[in-house]
Amino acid sequence: MQIFQNTNYDFTGKCRYAVFLSAALIILAIGSLAIRGLNFGLDFTGGTLLEVGYSEPVELDQVRSAIGRAGYDNAVVQHFGSSRDVMIRLAPEEGQLSATLSDDILKALKAENESVEMRRQEFVGPQIGEELRDDGGLAMLIALAFILIYVMARFEWRFAVGSIAALIHDVVIVIGFFSVTQMDFDLTVLAAVLAVIGYSLNDTIVVFDRIRENFLRMRKSQPPEVINTSLNQTLSRTVVTSLTTLLVVLAMFFLGGELIHSFAAALLVGIIIGTYSSIYVASSVALALNVNSANLIPVEKEGADQPGHEL
Amino acid sequence: MLNQYPLWKYLLILLILLTGLVYALPNVYGTDPSIQISATGENQIDSAAQHRVRELLEGNDISYSRITLDQQGLLVRFGGVEEQLKANDILRSGLGDNYVAAMNLAPAAPSWLTGLGALPMYLGLDLRGGLHFLMEVDTDTVMEQTYEDMSNELRTILREEKVRYQSVIQKDEALELRFPSAEEREAGEAAISAERRDLQLIEQERGGAYYLLASLTDSAITEIKKAAVKQNITTLRNRINELGVAEPIVQRQGDERVVIQLPGVQDSAQVKTVISATATLEFRLVDVENDVREAQRGRVPFGSRLYEERNGDPILLKKRVIITGERITNATSGFDQETGSPAVFVNLDGAGASRMASVTKQNIGRPMAVVFIEYKPETIREDGEEKVVTRKVEEVINVATIQGVFSKRFQITGLEPNESSNLALLLRAGALAAPIRIIEERTIGPSLGQDNIKQGTSSVLIGMILVLAFMAFWYRGFGLVANVALVVNLVLIVAVLSLLQATLTLPGIAGIVLTVGMAVDANVLIFERIREELQNGNSPQASIHAGYGKALSTIADANITTLIAAVVLFVFGTGPIKGFAITLSIGIMTSMFTAIMGTRAIVNLAVAGKKLRKLSI
Repeated sequence: MQIFQNTNYDFTGKCRYAVFLSAALIILAIGSLAIRGLNFGLDFTGGTLLEVGYSEPVELDQVRSAIGRAGYDNAVVQHFGSSRDVMIRLAPEEGQLSATLSDDILKALKAENESVEMRRQEFVGPQIGEELRDDGGLAMLIALAFILIYVMARFEWRFAVGSIAALIHDVVIVIGFFSVTQMDFDLTVLAAVLAVIGYSLNDTIVVFDRIRENFLRMRKSQPPEVINTSLNQTLSRTVVTSLTTLLVVLAMFFLGGELIHSFAAALLVGIIIGTYSSIYVASSVALALNVNSANLIPVEKEGADQPGHEL
Repeated sequence: MLNQYPLWKYLLILLILLTGLVYALPNVYGTDPSIQISATGENQIDSAAQHRVRELLEGNDISYSRITLDQQGLLVRFGGVEEQLKANDILRSGLGDNYVAAMNLAPAAPSWLTGLGALPMYLGLDLRGGLHFLMEVDTDTVMEQTYEDMSNELRTILREEKVRYQSVIQKDEALELRFPSAEEREAGEAAISAERRDLQLIEQERGGAYYLLASLTDSAITEIKKAAVKQNITTLRNRINELGVAEPIVQRQGDERVVIQLPGVQDSAQVKTVISATATLEFRLVDVENDVREAQRGRVPFGSRLYEERNGDPILLKKRVIITGERITNATSGFDQETGSPAVFVNLDGAGASRMASVTKQNIGRPMAVVFIEYKPETIREDGEEKVVTRKVEEVINVATIQGVFSKRFQITGLEPNESSNLALLLRAGALAAPIRIIEERTIGPSLGQDNIKQGTSSVLIGMILVLAFMAFWYRGFGLVANVALVVNLVLIVAVLSLLQATLTLPGIAGIVLTVGMAVDANVLIFERIREELQNGNSPQASIHAGYGKALSTIADANITTLIAAVVLFVFGTGPIKGFAITLSIGIMTSMFTAIMGTRAIVNLAVAGKKLRKLSI
């Protein structure tokens, strides 16, 4: 099967539209983050979470009143995955020290309905939540810094800036997506965002590799033309890899269960955005920074001097 | 000749493949629900114990599949979780205090495999169910206690050396000693530095008074805190062993934190009371010479302290402790034979016993009190900020007249039934050096663990099938080659995870799923290159050769950057992030091997030395 044979789409020419699209998405993301913020999960806010399962579908009001009778009126009660599963979440309470709270609630629910079964119970102290948030942010910055160094050493600073621009673009949009949809943003989502960084970079590097190779072979061509040719040559690979990855992420999204639902959602958005950004954003930025063959001459690239490849 | 591997490369690939298969194999056999029975203290697992276990199980009509004896004790395997649960209750009550029964998952692989060290993957708590705690050791309380002890010690030194001093008070991180004159201070300084070389002593003069500031060095403070955390870990281990948990993890994390993981445990309430309890005992003589009401008015006699009994009555006890809970070697709960009230039967060690004997001998006919000490967390407001502090609660649970000399064994009454059994456990396991509090807790029920495994596995399998189908459709013959590599890759990931016994968690499974999707990327890069070469009019053999060659550096670049992200995640991440990073890193490395070397070997075997007109790509 072959669809993208000898394509010659004008990617660099469409750059302007891409700038508008990216700008719009980023403004939307940042705007939403500023106004609505993120719906941080328990990992980051601290508090208590209790997931219970019933043998029959259960009314939330019933659960709420049972918990209210136990003295916890401010609990967030919602279905989790199915109408038989209920998730109860409580904000960190002033003076609530030990994790006995969930035991109390479970007892109250048991008194109401014998069939209730504890599925998951989490307590995160407020100080831990803060630490996890800081550590997570730190991990992301360090990953970005290392990647920047590697790409700079392996390619050229214009490419490094291009790839980092694409990564920040992707991260902002994925996080913005969580702000717009108000899905739970927890540790696993953070892991997914970092995976998106790895994935999107993977895509970008493949394109850059080809651009570098083509700059050396197409000495007479202008940079936009070289970049366009490279994007077309790698298009098939970009699409195929994104497709296979999307296939497994879709499997995870639909079959992986409630606990990795947000994780899969983050990957889904991230892979689509990452694919788009490696085509339109990364190389556009490198181009805007006036990348040209002169920047790349000193870099010896294997395969570049092999015969039979002049276009 | 193009496209041929030397023999050693084929052999190497074969060797890796076989090793991978062997170490992945135990996962196919899975695990048996089982119960591990080990002996406590000096008791031993012998054939009699084995016989008793068999009797108990058969007497209660519980079917088991196998009983084996190894260094850790007896292992009883069951056909299902229900039998395991039932047997656990029966064995626990039937075997008594001398043995501990713990529910466990034992590898079901045949012995030749386990003999090779091949074990199934170690499943995280989110997959097998269980409890996770992160606890913080309250080292502030340790330091408070240290200063209190130090202040007593310095007073004693000064008294013994007949140095006159006016006061010893704690000030921030130091003790401030006040002397009437410079000479007395000089003498005091000499006496103290002779006894305690580790103290820093600083002289000060304020308002005509002579002060000496005694403080601990920073390294001494660190040592004290470290020792406290270490002792807490030992105590927590003992307590958890008493609870009968299989494969518990008790680990230090950072300076003042302890991670506890208890697979398979459900009842978090009981575990929490036991592991975070700081209850201990002290035995003191009652001060009968002085009046309690005088003391209540604020005139507490020197050498005594005011306590409260459980009913709220005040009582005056001697400051000097006869023995503390540390001297207790064994404690069991039961009932007093005469009154039938709950009791704890206590055994003392040699030093404790001789001290108890000499004190009781001198004080026959006088009352002795048992003080029950507990640390309870409490929130206070300080400068408008919420702060959690630990408060020491001391209660006199029992006052009894010493009827005769006793030393090694005796009983204590005055407790509620559940208090007495918990106290016995705590006394056996030892006291915590410092109060601890839970700052993070995660419990996963067994049904959710099962669901997670099921959903995780099905998403791996379905995702895999989709990718396999897609690749075969898109790249035909070469797609099938990539598919073989993909399956081998999955086997290798499982093998490496089993070999390292790294913890597999749900995010870890997500990492595997993602690797499955991304692993074909290397092959996609290679195949697209081959197609390009073919289009450029190169021969099939040359195209294969050039395709693999040219894609290599791109694949390396792409994978190294992803690996950087994965390693950073592993180093800086916690919990779910770490689990995800482990499988992702392993997956990237194994996929490089299978997608480059593995597929090349197959392709070479198929095409080497042949005249090809067309490629199935």
